[in-house]
Amino acid sequence: MSFTLLAVQTLNGLQFGLMLFLVAAGLTLVFGVMDFINLAHGVQYMLGAYLTAVLAPHAGGFFGALALALPLTLALGLVLERIVFRPLYGRGHLDQVLATFGVILIVNEGVKLAFGAAPISVPVPDLLSGSVMLTDGLLFPVYRLAIIGAGLGTGLLLWLVIDGTKFGMLVRAGATNAPMVSALGVDVRRLFTAVTAFGAMLAGFAGAMVTPILSVEPGMGDGVLILAFVVIVVGGVGSIRGAFLAALLIGLVDTLGRSFATDILKLMVSAPTANRVGPALASMAIYVLMAGVLAVRPGGLFPSRSAG
Amino acid sequence: MSKTRRDFLVLGLMLAILAVLPLVGLPGWVITYTARIMAFAICAVALDLVLGYGGMVSLGHAAFLGIGSYAAGILIAEGIEDFFIGLAAGAAAAGLYALATGAIAVRTKGVAFIMITLAFGQMAFFVANALSEYGGSDGLTLWSRATLNGTRALKSDTTLYFVILAALVASLGVVRLVTASPFGAVLRAARNNPERVTALGYDVERVRLWAYVLSAVLCGVAGVLIANLTSFVSPALMAWQRSGEFIVMVILGGAGTVWGALAGAFVVLALEEGLSLATQHWKIAFGALLVAVVLFTRGGIAGLFDRSAR
Repeated sequence: MSFTLLAVQTLNGLQFGLMLFLVAAGLTLVFGVMDFINLAHGVQYMLGAYLTAVLAPHAGGFFGALALALPLTLALGLVLERIVFRPLYGRGHLDQVLATFGVILIVNEGVKLAFGAAPISVPVPDLLSGSVMLTDGLLFPVYRLAIIGAGLGTGLLLWLVIDGTKFGMLVRAGATNAPMVSALGVDVRRLFTAVTAFGAMLAGFAGAMVTPILSVEPGMGDGVLILAFVVIVVGGVGSIRGAFLAALLIGLVDTLGRSFATDILKLMVSAPTANRVGPALASMAIYVLMAGVLAVRPGGLFPSRSAG
Repeated sequence: MSKTRRDFLVLGLMLAILAVLPLVGLPGWVITYTARIMAFAICAVALDLVLGYGGMVSLGHAAFLGIGSYAAGILIAEGIEDFFIGLAAGAAAAGLYALATGAIAVRTKGVAFIMITLAFGQMAFFVANALSEYGGSDGLTLWSRATLNGTRALKSDTTLYFVILAALVASLGVVRLVTASPFGAVLRAARNNPERVTALGYDVERVRLWAYVLSAVLCGVAGVLIANLTSFVSPALMAWQRSGEFIVMVILGGAGTVWGALAGAFVVLALEEGLSLATQHWKIAFGALLVAVVLFTRGGIAGLFDRSAR
């Protein structure tokens, strides 16, 4: 467990956490503002990835595809909101779970039908290929640094919008007490449409950004969605700040846990036992973290709604 | 009163059909497939206790099924082949996991409860994937089925069929007993108005937790049965989509009814089988059906639920 490896894995964890934040950010607002559970949010992440992968050869490479994928995922978010989500706002969570579960089945299978079940890989764009020497002996891929930069930049932008604009103020107010905001004459549904579509684009952006480092395949959004859920409950439903901190925490714990759990265990138990138990423990780490946070604070780190 | 009697008549009829099914000379695969459906129906009946009567939307019930099947599978792989030991271990393991995770989940409600149960379900899934000693993501093929009092009676599909049917009847009985008891009354009351139930002096979280644990124990039993039926356990058994499928079964059958979950399990699994014969991409049709049912049934599925449950 050298320092270099630790530093590299910390950066990887940071990168993973920032991607999770992009997916969780829109979702936590949707939960917060409308008390609407959207299982189909992971689908947007997958569609962002697929659009980028499929368009890249025709749109002049990765950046052209990315530029097309963003408005397309935004539009898809609007369509989904209009057709499926809107009739479900006043309904119970059960209806929302069932309908959005249905959407997942349709889109996952539809993607398989359209592009095949085999994973698609996208080359790293030339501009961001190669590695940089961060310190002596610490090489890190430029592309992963770019993802970290994009994630931090988006986070900053989001903070500026949420904290500094009237739209952001309404979103925050909506997450705290939607009926009151509505009573004050704000069209909460339109606000929600904007948040949903914007959140869909953020998730699509995350999906597009990871195409050069992950394989693009049907169902790739499901795992990310569930991790985003963990981020949201740890951060507190409806809280952007909570989602940001929780996403970084979970990205780091998961990445570092997977790389070092076995080594750390070897200090305590025999090597074969550590090899056997380590991976299982590592995969439990973030859920145990979630359980720990919720045991102390049932509303998450930053509960945005006093009534829970 | 007459409605309750009708409900029990329908249930009795369904169970009677299941009881004579192996005796009328159907091909073997029909018997094993029906046995499989019955095992999943146990989970649907168990989930109904939590979802229909308790109003808790658990999206992690497949984990309890998986934990039960892994407990049974690992025991058989380690040479402990007695059926009842496996059954006890599967039920206990699922129950303990539900006790630990449920203690955290029942403190939350609404959207958070759904996300937390889903997350804990996923945790079990990933741990099973990491169990390299027991097949990892490939799963574990069992050398043989469990022994019943030292005999190989369960080698016969028909015998195992009747064991699963007995377990299904027992599960229905347990859920019926519980929901008809004072505990069940408190559970139902807490679904409708937790504040008032708390004001009456009941510990709502505790009532919910025990319902959750009992439900998980029944799913654990189903897992043991599935492991024996297929002689195979794998993480796929506890994929989160299966938890969604259980919810679909309960809701399509009518949550909080006597026989709804059982009917729902049969309808959903038969539908899936039928659609998959028609097209490889049957999930599109199934998903579309789900969305359509929710959007276009008057008052949504909750409306059906209201009419049948209360």
